[in-house]
Amino acid sequence: MKNTMIIGATLAVSLAGLAQADTLRLLTWGGYAPENVIEMFEKETGHTVEVTLSNNEEMIAKLRATGGGGFDLAQPSQDRISGPQAEFGIYKPIDLSRIDASQFIDSMLAATKANTTIDGAVHAVPHVWGTSGLVIDTAKADMVRDYTDLCNADLAGKVSYRLKRPTLIGFAFAMGMDPFAAYDDPAAYAEMMEKVEAKLIECKPLVKTYWGGGDELMGLLRSGEVTASMAWDTGGWKLNGEMPDITFVAPASGALGWIDTFALPAKGQADDAAYDWINFVMRPEVSAMITEAAGNFTASKGADQFASDGLKAQFQASFPQAAIDNIKWYPPVPAGLEAIEGGILDRVKAAN
Amino acid sequence: MQSQARLGFFLLLTPLLLWLGLLILIPHVDMALLSLRERVGVGQYTTSLANYGIFFGEPLYMWTFLRTAVMSVLATVITLIIAFPVAYYIAKMARGRTRSALFLLCLVPFWVSELVRTFGWMILLRETGLFSSLLQWAGLATGPVEMLYNDAAIMVGLVYTSMLFMVVPLVTTLESLDDAVIEAGYDLGGSGLSVLREIIIPHAMPGIVSGSIVVFMLSLGNYLTPTMLGGKDSLWFTELIYSQFIVRFNWELGAAFGFMLLFLSSVIVWGTLRLTGQTLERTMG
Repeated sequence: MKNTMIIGATLAVSLAGLAQADTLRLLTWGGYAPENVIEMFEKETGHTVEVTLSNNEEMIAKLRATGGGGFDLAQPSQDRISGPQAEFGIYKPIDLSRIDASQFIDSMLAATKANTTIDGAVHAVPHVWGTSGLVIDTAKADMVRDYTDLCNADLAGKVSYRLKRPTLIGFAFAMGMDPFAAYDDPAAYAEMMEKVEAKLIECKPLVKTYWGGGDELMGLLRSGEVTASMAWDTGGWKLNGEMPDITFVAPASGALGWIDTFALPAKGQADDAAYDWINFVMRPEVSAMITEAAGNFTASKGADQFASDGLKAQFQASFPQAAIDNIKWYPPVPAGLEAIEGGILDRVKAAN
Repeated sequence: MQSQARLGFFLLLTPLLLWLGLLILIPHVDMALLSLRERVGVGQYTTSLANYGIFFGEPLYMWTFLRTAVMSVLATVITLIIAFPVAYYIAKMARGRTRSALFLLCLVPFWVSELVRTFGWMILLRETGLFSSLLQWAGLATGPVEMLYNDAAIMVGLVYTSMLFMVVPLVTTLESLDDAVIEAGYDLGGSGLSVLREIIIPHAMPGIVSGSIVVFMLSLGNYLTPTMLGGKDSLWFTELIYSQFIVRFNWELGAAFGFMLLFLSSVIVWGTLRLTGQTLERTMG
C-alpha cells in the first residue's frame, strides 16, 4: 500500500515535470537558433528544441496549410504579419506580461508592436534586424551607388539580383518613387510597379541570372562571375571577411530595413516554452551569440557590447550615420498586394 | 468457397482503393474546389471561373505552358535517340556480367538525390567550372565560357535525369525480340537500316511509347532542374505553380494552374497516341 503511494507520488511528480518540459517546434531562419544556444537553453529549462529553417513566404504557406498548427513559435518579418493574419488567421496574440520588455531596445519594440497590432492585440515582438542593399566588388564595380546603377552597360553579364518583392521596392525608390506611401492604394501601387516592370525588362539583357538562394549568390560573387548584386548586408560582410574588395554598400536611395520577429502560431501547443525561448535568447550575451552566427544585430538591449569588433567595423563602414537615418523600414504589407507584384515578376521573368 | 474468393479479392483491392482514394482522388477534388474559388476581399471568397479566366486571359501563362511542353517533347525525343542504342546494346549485344554492369551504370546516378545531381551539372557548366577551364586549357576558347543559365543546360539536365526511365522499358521489350527474327530479316536480304525500320522498331514500339510517356511527364513536372540550371528567361510551368502557392499565397490560381497542367498534358499524351496509332492498352498491357 505504502509502495503504491510512493509510486503514485513519483508518477505525479514526473508527470508534472513532463508538463513543464515541452518540445518547442521553432520555425525560423538559418543562423537564428545556433546549436550552442539551443544546448544552453535545453540545459537550463529542460525543454527540447526542434528547428525548421524557412523563409517568410514558406513560413506563411506552411502555417496557412495547417491553419497555424505544427509549430509553436515562428519568426516572420514584422511587415508580413498583419496581412496574412487578417487573411488566414494563423497567429495568436502575444501575452506581453510574459515577455521581459526591459531586454528589448525600446524604439524597436514599440515599432514592432505598432506594426503588428490587429484588433488591439499585439502579435509579435522583434528579434533580429538587418537591411538589404547592394553587395559590390569595389575593385570592379565601384560606380554602383544605387539599385538603378545595376543597369549599367559596363557591367553587362556581371549583375545579379532576385526576382522578388525587395527588388521591385528597391528599384521603385531608386527611380524616385515611394512605394510604401502607395501601399494602401492598389491602383497607384500597380501603376508604380508597371514603371518598375518596364525598367527591369530594359535592364534584363545585362543580368547574368536572377539568383534564387543566398548560397547561390555567394558562389557567384566569390568566383568573380558576378561583381554587383542586390543582397542582404550579412552576405556582403561575410564575403568581406574572405575577400576585402567585396562589401555591402547602402544604396543612395536608402537600404531596405527589415525586422524579423517572434510570433505565436494560432495552434501552437508549447506557449510556455515559446515565452521561455524568447526571454532566453533576448539576453544580451545570448543575443551576441546569435549575432555571431547570423551576422545580423538583434533587438536586444546591450548586446552590441558583446559583438565582435570585426562585425562592428564592417557595420560602421557600410553605414555612416546618414545611411542609417536613410534606411527605409518596411511597413506592414496589406493583404492582396502580393498578387500585383506577382504578375509583374512573372512578366519580367518571361520577357525577352 | 465463392464468397471466400470474393472476400480475398476485396482484401487485395483495399490498399489500392485506399491509395487511389486518399492520396489521389480526395486531394484532387479538394484542389478542384479550390481552383473554383475567387478572392473578393480579405478572407472572403465566392465560386467562379475567374482563375481559369486569368490563365487564358494572360498570354504569358499560355506561352509558358507551350514552352514547357515543347521543351519536354524535345527532351523526350533526345532521350529516346540516346537511350535506344544503349538499350539495344544492353539487351542484344552485351552478355553476362558486362550486361549487369552496364545496367548498373544506368542506375548509379539515381543513388544520389536529384538536387546533388543537378548541382553537379552546375559545377561542370558554370563560367569558372570544369568544362570552361578545360576549353581554355586546350586553347579552344580565349576567355571563360558560360554554359549554365540557358535552355541548353536545362535540356542536358532533363535528359540526364530521365535516361533510366527510357532505358528500362526499352531493354525489357527488346529482350523479348527473338534473335532469330533479326537473322531472318538479314537472310531475306534486308539491310541494317531496313531491319531496324521493319523489325526492331515495330517490336519495340510499346517500350518506346511507354518510355516516352514517362519521360515526357517527368520533364513536364520537373521543378528542380529548370529552376537551377535555367537562366533569366527560362520560366517553367511548375515554377509558376510553385510561386502562386508559396510566394503569392494565391492557392486558388495555383490550383487552377495545376489543373490546366494535368488537363493539357493529358491531351498531349492522348493526341500523340492517336497520331502514332498506339493505344494505352497495347502499351501498358
